[in-house]
Amino acid sequence: MKKKNLLQRTIIILVVTVIGLYLVIGPRRRPHLKDFTWSGIKSTLRDNIHLGLDLQGGSHLVMRVKTEEYLRRLTEENYVAAQNAAKDAGFEIKGGQAETSGGNYRVVLEPTDASKAEEIKEAVQKKVELGDTSIWGYSASGGRLTWSMTQAAQRLLADNATQQALNIIESRINALGITEPTLQTHGAQSSHQILLQMPGVQDPERVKNILQGESRLELVHVIGPPSPSPATTYTSEAEAIASLGSGGVVPPNRKVLPYQERIEPTANGSQDQAQKPKQWVVVEVPAIIDGSELRNASAIPTQGGRSEDFEINFSLKKAGADKFGAWTGAHINEYMGVVLNGEVKSVAYIKSQIYDQGQITGRFTKTSADDLALTLRSGALPAPIEYLEERTVGPSLGQDSIRAGVRASLVGLALVVLFMLVYYRGSGVNAVVALLLNMMLMLAGLIVFGATLTLPGIAGIILTIGMAVDSNVLIFERIREELRSGKTVPSAVDQGFGHAFITIIDTHVTTIISSLFLFVFGTGPIRGFAVTLVIGLLVNLFSAVYVSRTIFMWHLDRKERVESLSI
Amino acid sequence: MLQILHDVKIDWLGNRVWFIGISVLLMLAGLASAIVRQATGGQAFNLGVDFKGGTVVTAKFKQRPNDETIRSALGSKGVHDAVVQPVTDKTDTVLIKVPLEGEGQDGRVKVREALNTFGKEAAPNLDLENDANATYKIIGTDAVGAIAGAQLRNKAIAVTLAALVGILIYIAFRFEWTYGAAAVIAVFHDVLVTLGFFSIFQFEVSLTVIAALLTLVGFSVNDTIVVFDRIRENRKLHRRDSLYKVTNDAINQTLSRTIITSGLVFLSVLAMVLFGGEVLRGFSVALLIGVIFGTYSSVAIASPIMVWWEQRIEAANRQAALAFNQPLKGGARTPAKAPAKAPSKASNRRAGVKL
Repeated sequence: MKKKNLLQRTIIILVVTVIGLYLVIGPRRRPHLKDFTWSGIKSTLRDNIHLGLDLQGGSHLVMRVKTEEYLRRLTEENYVAAQNAAKDAGFEIKGGQAETSGGNYRVVLEPTDASKAEEIKEAVQKKVELGDTSIWGYSASGGRLTWSMTQAAQRLLADNATQQALNIIESRINALGITEPTLQTHGAQSSHQILLQMPGVQDPERVKNILQGESRLELVHVIGPPSPSPATTYTSEAEAIASLGSGGVVPPNRKVLPYQERIEPTANGSQDQAQKPKQWVVVEVPAIIDGSELRNASAIPTQGGRSEDFEINFSLKKAGADKFGAWTGAHINEYMGVVLNGEVKSVAYIKSQIYDQGQITGRFTKTSADDLALTLRSGALPAPIEYLEERTVGPSLGQDSIRAGVRASLVGLALVVLFMLVYYRGSGVNAVVALLLNMMLMLAGLIVFGATLTLPGIAGIILTIGMAVDSNVLIFERIREELRSGKTVPSAVDQGFGHAFITIIDTHVTTIISSLFLFVFGTGPIRGFAVTLVIGLLVNLFSAVYVSRTIFMWHLDRKERVESLSI
Repeated sequence: MLQILHDVKIDWLGNRVWFIGISVLLMLAGLASAIVRQATGGQAFNLGVDFKGGTVVTAKFKQRPNDETIRSALGSKGVHDAVVQPVTDKTDTVLIKVPLEGEGQDGRVKVREALNTFGKEAAPNLDLENDANATYKIIGTDAVGAIAGAQLRNKAIAVTLAALVGILIYIAFRFEWTYGAAAVIAVFHDVLVTLGFFSIFQFEVSLTVIAALLTLVGFSVNDTIVVFDRIRENRKLHRRDSLYKVTNDAINQTLSRTIITSGLVFLSVLAMVLFGGEVLRGFSVALLIGVIFGTYSSVAIASPIMVWWEQRIEAANRQAALAFNQPLKGGARTPAKAPAKAPSKASNRRAGVKL
C-alpha cells in the first residue's frame, strides 16, 4: 500500500517536472538539434517568457481624454444652432449663453418677448438636437429657456467620446505600423484614461504628437467682399470684432479666427525667420463642411515650391462633396478658408465650382505633412487628450536590468543553497531539489498564465526563494525537535510535516492575500511582482511540501528500519 | 548536527517594556523627522516622480560631463530645479530629474535640448556605442503628470490599508480577533518604522517602495503567524500553563527557525541591494530595513500585545463571572452590568482557559 502510494507520488512529480521543463525551455515548434545547446536554450527561453516593457524596452503611455472639453464644445455648438434656429423661425433673441462650468452644461436663450417661450422651444427643438429628452432636460423660468444636459447623458457621452478616441488612436497606431501595441482603457471607467504600450519604441515623441493631433478640419466661408478685392484680414482680434459692427460682441453665426500660414522648421533644421505676422479673419458659422466628410488625405510636394516643402491634398466623401459643390457653385469669387484646430491655415477665393478636392497649403516638412495627413485620415479626436504618464525604457537599459536581476537571483540562490547544504546536510539536498523545482515551475506558471515578467517580477522571484526555503526550514526544524523528544525517524518526519503544514498554509494564505491586493489594484510592473509572488507561493506548496515529503519517503523506504536521519 | 540555537529560555514577555519602548522611540524619531522637515520648509518624504509628478531622464554618455556642467546646461534651457544624480554602479550614466511644471510634460524635450549642447544624440535605432558621431543617448524616461501622481499616491495608501484589513480578517478567522489585531498592529509598526527611516535618510519613495512595504506586510505577518501557530498548538498540549509561559515557550521554540529564515531572506534581499541594479534599489533597501523590523516585531511587539490583550479580556471575564455568581443583594435584579456588560459569546468560550 505504502509502496503504491510512493510510486504514485513519484509518477506525479515526474510528469509535472517534464511538463514544466517543456513549457520553460521547449520550443513551440519541431525541435532542432541546436535547441539542446546552451545558446539554443537561452533563445527559446526568451521566446517563451513574455517580458515586460521595462525589461525588453519600449514605451508605456497613459493618457486622458478631456471629456469635459467635448461636452463644452457640444453645448456651445448647440447654443449657436439654437440661436440660429430661433432666428430662422422669426423670433428675436436678446441674449443667452452656453454655461459650461462646475460640471453643468446648459444652453440658455433669452427671447425679447418672453410670452413666446413655448413657440420658440418648439421651433428650436424641431431643428436642433436639444429636443432629445434623453440628453437635454428643458425648463423655462423668468423668460429664459434652459436646456440642461442630464448627469446620465454626461456620463454616457463622455464614455462614448473615450471609446471613440480609443478607436481613432487605434487606427493611428496601426497606420504608424507599430508592432504588437497594447491599447486599452485604464483605471476606473469614469477616469476616461487610455493605456498604450508599445514594445520596442524608444522615442515616443513623434507618436505622442500624432496621437495628440486633434485634426479638426473645417472648410469655412470667410466674410468679406468677393474677389477681385483681396481677402479681408485684420491685424488684431479687436479690429476684426469691431468690423462686425455689433457692439464688440461676436454674434453666434460669426467667429473670429487667427490666420497664419504654418511655417514648419525646414528639413535641415533651420528655422525660417521670415514668418508672416499673425492676422485675423471673420468666418461664418457653421462651417460649410467639417473633417467628418473627409475621404482621404495625403502629403504631396508643394507645386513650384522648394523641394523640401510639402502640402496636404484631401478629398471628400460623396455627401460632403455634394454639399461642398452646391455651396461653392453659389459663391463663386467669394473667399473660403481651411481651418485646422481652430486656426485658419489658408484663404483662397473660389474660381469655379469645387466638388471633392482641396489642399491645406503652408510649408510643411515631409514628416509633418505625412503625420497630419495620417491624423486627418483617421478622423478627428472628439476631445483633446493629455498625457498623464510616460515611461520609456531603451533596450540597453532593459538588458542591464535583466542582467542585474539574473545576477541578484543567482547570488541569492547560491547563498541559500550553500546554507541549506551546510546546515541540514543530507536533508539540505532535499530542500535544494525542492527550491530548484520551485523556480523552474514558477517560470512555467508564468508562461502558462501568459503573465508578463517585469523587473519587480524578478524581485518577486528572489523573494520567493526566501519564502520557499522558509517552508523547508519550518519542516526541518520541527523534525529535529521531534527527534530530540525521542521519536523514531519515520514518526518524527510524519509529525514534522503534519505540524508544519498548518503553519505553512497560514503563512502562504496571508502573503497571497496581500499580493492579491497588489495584483488587483496595482498597475504595470507592480502587478508583475504580485503575479510572480502568487505563482511562486502556489508552486511552493507543491515543491516544498509534496515533493520534499516524497524525497523523505524514498529515503525511509530504502531500509526496513531507519535509525538516523541526516538533518 | 549544526545548531544555531538550542534550548533557549529567554523571557521575552518580561522585557516587553524595553521592546515596546525601543519601537515607540523609533516611530517617534521617524515622526519627528517628518514633522520637522515639513515644518522647516523641507519635505517629510523624498517622493519620487511616481507620486509627485515630474520627469526622470536616464542618459548615457560616452564621456560624461560632470554634474555641475549638466546642471548649468539645463539652466540655460530654462530648467532650473533639476536634480542631477549619478548612478552608483555605472559611471557613464546619469539620472536627470525635472520637477513638474505647469500643464505640459515636455521635460524630456527640454532635457534633450540641454544635452544637445554637449553633442549629438545617438540615432533612435542605434546603440550609443554603435553611433560614431553621437556623444550621448537617452536610454529611459519616466514622466508622471500631477493627476497620475495623486492617483498613484491614493491608490498606494488604499491598497496598503486594504491588505491590512484582509490579513486582520483572515487571522481573526483562523485564530482570535485579538491575535489578528496584534499581528496587524505589529505590521503597521513595521511599515511606520520603515517609512521613518525613509524620512530620516530621505531615501526616495517610489512606486516600488510601496510594493516593498506590502511585501514586508506579508513577510512580517508570516513570522507572527509561525509564533501564533505554535502558541495555539502549545495551549492545547499544556492546558495548565499560563498564556505568558506558553507564549514565551512558543517564541523560544520557533526562534531558530525565525533566525534562519529571516537570515536567508535578508541574504537574498542583500543580494538584490548589491547586484539588483539601480531600478530595484529603492525596493530592496525598503525590504532590507523591513526584514529586520518585521522579524523583530513578531517576537517583540505582536506577542506582548496579544498576551496583554488576552489577559485584559480574561480579567474582565473573571470579574463578570464573579459578579454573576454573587448572591443578589437589595433590589438589584439585573446581574452585573459592569465592568464588561454581559459576557460575549467569544469571551465565554475563553472563560475556561487558565492564565
